[in-house]
Order: sequence, then structure tokens, then C-alpha cells
Amino acid sequence: MSDTDLGPAAVENAAKRTRRLVEKSLKRRYRAERRFRAYGMLAVALGLVFVGFLFSSIISTGWTIFQQSYVQLDIRYDAEVVDPAGERDEQAISTADYSALIKAALRERFPDVEGRSERRSLYGLASDAGQFELRERVMADPDLIGSTQTLWLLADDRVDLLMKGKIDRDLPEDQRGLSDQELGWIDSLLANGRLDLRFNRAFFTNGDSREPEQAGVWGAVVGSFFTLLVTLLLSFPIGVAAAVYLEEFAPRNRVTDFIEVNINNLAAVPSIVFGLLGLAVFIQLFGLPRSAPVVGGLVLTLMTLPTIIIASRAALKGVPPSIREAALGMGASQVQTVAHHVLPLAMPGMLTGAIIGMARALGESAPLLMIGMVAFIVDIPGGLTDPSTVLPVQVYLWADSPERAFLERTSGAILVLLGFLLIMNATAVILRQKFERRW
Amino acid sequence: MVFVSSAEASIKTAPASRASGSAPPERTAAGQRTVGDITVKNPVIVCRDVNVYYGDKHAIRNVSLDIAHNEVIAMIGPSGCGKSTFLRCLNRLNDTIPTALVSGAISLEGQDIYDKRQDVVQLRARVGMVFQKPNPFPKSVYENVAYGPRIHGLAADRTELDEIVQTSLQRAGLWEEVKDRLEQPGTALSGGQQQRLCIARTIAVNPEVILMDEPCSALDPIATARIEDLIDELKQNYAICIVTHSMQQAARVSQRTAYFHLGDLIEVGSTDQIFTNPRHKLTEDYITGRFG
Repeated sequence: MSDTDLGPAAVENAAKRTRRLVEKSLKRRYRAERRFRAYGMLAVALGLVFVGFLFSSIISTGWTIFQQSYVQLDIRYDAEVVDPAGERDEQAISTADYSALIKAALRERFPDVEGRSERRSLYGLASDAGQFELRERVMADPDLIGSTQTLWLLADDRVDLLMKGKIDRDLPEDQRGLSDQELGWIDSLLANGRLDLRFNRAFFTNGDSREPEQAGVWGAVVGSFFTLLVTLLLSFPIGVAAAVYLEEFAPRNRVTDFIEVNINNLAAVPSIVFGLLGLAVFIQLFGLPRSAPVVGGLVLTLMTLPTIIIASRAALKGVPPSIREAALGMGASQVQTVAHHVLPLAMPGMLTGAIIGMARALGESAPLLMIGMVAFIVDIPGGLTDPSTVLPVQVYLWADSPERAFLERTSGAILVLLGFLLIMNATAVILRQKFERRW
Repeated sequence: MVFVSSAEASIKTAPASRASGSAPPERTAAGQRTVGDITVKNPVIVCRDVNVYYGDKHAIRNVSLDIAHNEVIAMIGPSGCGKSTFLRCLNRLNDTIPTALVSGAISLEGQDIYDKRQDVVQLRARVGMVFQKPNPFPKSVYENVAYGPRIHGLAADRTELDEIVQTSLQRAGLWEEVKDRLEQPGTALSGGQQQRLCIARTIAVNPEVILMDEPCSALDPIATARIEDLIDELKQNYAICIVTHSMQQAARVSQRTAYFHLGDLIEVGSTDQIFTNPRHKLTEDYITGRFG
């Protein structure tokens, strides 16, 4: 018998001791468990509070963007103004002074307004945008000349702010932004039902503008779309191909180790550095146009590639080796093994990586500032080489504007950005479910 | 000999006091002669002096063994003795492990399979493999079986492919169970059915040799019995190498048995002889359950 052997009494004692000690420690263990859960719940709750705060702040300032103040005016298409020569010449019609028609309509509504400065502030109630709409109408239908139409035209942004309760009527006149006289006109229009909040089509169809009431987000949406299109078309295939090669084909040696380390490093490079690189290489060296989605897409491709490669490699690593062996054992070549079996199984993970990368690219503004996408661009971009801006840069531009009405636009643009993101993520989820397979 | 760790212990004086079972079996001398006749009259695969290295590890030492047509040869031995490694040499699946190095000569029907001109795709179409864990592709039952014929272009049209799928499933004894759900995922079948699906997939390309790496270790006794019956039928047409941890299974299904020990092929012989009258001390210790 060696000294490790115990007598029956000793065994019983040892068992008792174990039971006692376990019992003693149970309370402490359960306490630790409860504490740990509480920490977890606290963390989740804190996260939710922050997200809730962010959303409520954005939505509370931004939700009014769906409506905009319009003023109803009786516009008489005065032939004297629109087409003084009476020749229906397109050139003449398109260069006519349509703002005079609006001014005339306002004068008609408030005939007792006298004096230059008073009249000027009266004209200020309607937005400049009205004249462009009138011109479009006349250009489309020259027979309108000489007739009278009752139209809802965009009101000035200060009128809009008042309508939305963002200007306090009780403030002293000099702090209010609207004079007592202007308030009187507005009240008179309101009383006649000639001033109303209507759906804000302009915001969703216009490009940027210096006038808040005319500024729209569509130019930035289209710019973002083109930029992300370039990014997706380049970064996903390149990223997946690189990941597949590194994971499935490349030999393990110093060169591949070096590449791997550098891919990981690239993922951590500040995005503005990629912007500088894009400026130096794509614009200076290759002579690509400035402010263009194609350059933005290239820069964002550089930025998202490491993310996609890393996620794709992780997805490939997650494919069970038994599947590879099964295919190889059947006599499939390496490319067939990857294409038929490994890639389809890794696809959901790769898509997740791509979507994370794309979401980051969508929200990126710093590198795009470097390549000129911060320019003030009114026109809606029609292609990959047209100057354009993107949603986050548009948010930055508007947030920087002094007019108070731009505050609402900023929040509105953020809402559109979040909507964009939501659509992208939903697409990713749907695609992922489509590709997802169990084994 | 670099890989000899202990002095060249005589095989007959190997320590017999292993009843306690705590000490690992002593490492045998590298390159020792295999007991028994390694040759057969009508070999399909001939291996001579096969060595496998995984980096610094010498996994198989000088293994020479013939595999005959229409025979089932069982490879037995304790874990880590190199039987799976040896099996994976026969279809060059070791090529997929970057650090693996194989030396020696292995020929299939007289043709060196490690020759530079030998295409591995061709080889693996001739030497099929069934793995330890059933690993059907995450595709339908039909696609699983049709995959091999499809990539090798064995079927001219859809009807022929359907026929191959049906006969393969029938020969694997699975047809009756799955004929109504060929479009269901192969992974939804039970473990035993999955393994038979893997066998059907393997025989669908009509290989010459089938390698089975512990095909029943993840299955219950009933499924195991079905696979064993299947192996018995399949040997009419194929040479089958089966690695197994179950000595009863080796005794039931095989005609010849090879005993591996720490990278050495210790003894080869007819299954009856190995189990009733082992000639080597290590073989005897193993089959009588002294270690392993």
C-alpha cells in the first residue's frame, strides 16, 4: 500500500470536506454570476440610452424636413414681362425675368405696401426658387402667357421656420429675424389660407443650394450611390480574390506573413491618409477628375479592402476542413474545391464583411474632403465623372452653414443617410439568408 | 538514424509488465522489419519503404505493404501510430498539408503515384476515400452523388447521370431510404445514412480502391453493421483499405490485417492469423488489450 491510499474514514472525511467547501463557495459564485449579468445588462442599457438619445435628437430636429412652407399666389403670366416681343422665341422666354411675376403677385396681394425697402421685404417672403418653376411651366407650355394661374410656390426659409414654430413670435423684433410688418403679412396670408405646410418635394429632388428652402439632398444621394457603386464593384471582387488566394492557395512563408501583417496594418490607417493618397495618385498622377465619384470610389476601395480581406479570410477559415477534404478526396481540383464548396459556404461571412466595409465607406467624409468632394455642387451628378458630393460631406457642409434653417436640413440629411444604411443592411441580411446553408 | 529515441530494443524482449497500463508503450527501433508477408499475388497498390514526415516529426517509417484486388485490408493500431497518415498517402491527400513530406515508392497498378507526371485529380478519381466523420456536401442528396461524375464528366446527359446516382445509391444500400427525397440536403440525413451517402458518392465515380478512415467511429452499432455489410459487398468490385479502432470490426470485415505501431508497420498477415496467432509481441499486446 502506498501513501496515496486512504482508509475508509479518511475518504469519507475528504468527501465531507469537499461538500462543505462547495456549499460555502456556492453563494459567492452565484453572487459573482449575478454581478456579471448586471454589468452586462447595464452595458446594453447604456448603449440603448445613447442610441435612443442620438435618434431622438436627430429625429426631433429632422422630422419637420418632410414638410415645407408654401405660399399660394395668383400668378399672371404677363406677356409684357415674359415675352415682350410676342414672338414666342425660346431664348427670350427662357431669359425673361420671372421673379417680376412673383413680385407682381405679391404686390397685388398687399396693394398698400409702399416704398422700396418695404416692398423688398415683402418680396422676401417668397423663395427665389419660384421663378425657376414658373420658367419651367412657361417653357413647357407657352400658351400660358397672358393667362393667370393660382400656384403654391416655395416660401422663404424664415417663413418656414416660423410656420414650424422654430422662431419665437414673442422675441423682440431685432432678435427674431422677421419684422413685425413681415409677421403681419404672414398672419394675413395664414388667415386667408394662402400659407401652408406641404410635402417637401424640393428636399428630396434638388441638389445643394445657398438658400435653405431650395437645398435638397438628392445630389448627395446620387453622389453617394455612384461612389459606393464604384467601391463595391472594385473592393468586393478584389477583396474576395485576395482572401481566397491568401487562404487557399498561397504558400505559408515570410512573404505571405509580411503581406498579412500589412493588410492588418492597413485596416488601422486613418482614412484621411487614403484621401491624401487618392489626391496624389489618382488625381495628380493619373489625371482623374476632381470631386468625382470614380475617384471617391477608388479611395474608399483602398480603405475598405483590408476590412473585406480580413473578414473574408475569417469566413474561409470557418469553413470546416472536412468539406475541403471531401471535395479533394472526390478528385476535385483545388479551384473546383474552392469554387464549388468553400466559397459558397464562406459567402455569408464575406457578405457581412463587405457590408461592414461598405457601411464604413458610406459614412466616410475625411478622405473625400481631400479629393474635392467637399465642393459646393448644385447639379445632380449624372455619371461617375461628374462633380458631386456625398451624404456625410453634405451633412458637414450644411452643419457649417450659418442659416438656422440648415439645422433642419442637416438632421434631414442624417435621416436620409441612416435610411440609406438601413436599406444596405437589409439587403445584406436578405442576401446572407439566401446564401446561408447548414452542415 | 536520427529518429531512434530508445536503444534498439529486441522485439522479443519488449517489456511484458504492462499490466498497470500507465506507461506508454516503448518506442520501437526505426526501420525494423515487418513481421509477416507484405506481398500479395495480385496487388493493386504496392508500397515500398514509405516514409512520411510532418515537419520534424517522422510519422511513418519504412512501411512496405501490398494491397490486393478485391480484398479488404484493415489497418489497426493505437492512436497516432500512422495508419491514417499511411492511408492518406495512397490518394496523396497528404499533399494538402504544407509540412508533409512523403518519400518511398507507391504504385497503383504498376504506376508510380508520386511521379511528377501523375495528376492528383486522376489519382483521386481512381482511389476514393470515405472519412471518419460523415462529410456530405451541404447540397442535396442527388448533388452529393452526382458531384464526382459531374466534375469528371462521366455522364453524357441528365438521364445517364440520374442512372449513375440511382445505381450508386442502390449499391450503397441507401436508395430505398432516400429515393423520395433526393432534393433534400444530404446533411439532413442521419449519421449512418450520411456515411452511406459518402460511400455512394465515392463509388459513383467507379474508383479502383476505396480508402476508409474509421468510417464507423461516429456511428451507432446498427448503422455500423449496415456499413460493414456494405463493405463486404463492395469488395466484389473494389480493393478496400479500412482504418479502424475496433478490433472486432477488423476481424469481421477484413481478409488481411496490418498492425501499425508508432509509425512502424509491425505485422501483416491474414486476419485470422493476426487475431488468433500474432507473431509479434506488440501485436499480441495490442489485440489482447494490454494497451491502445
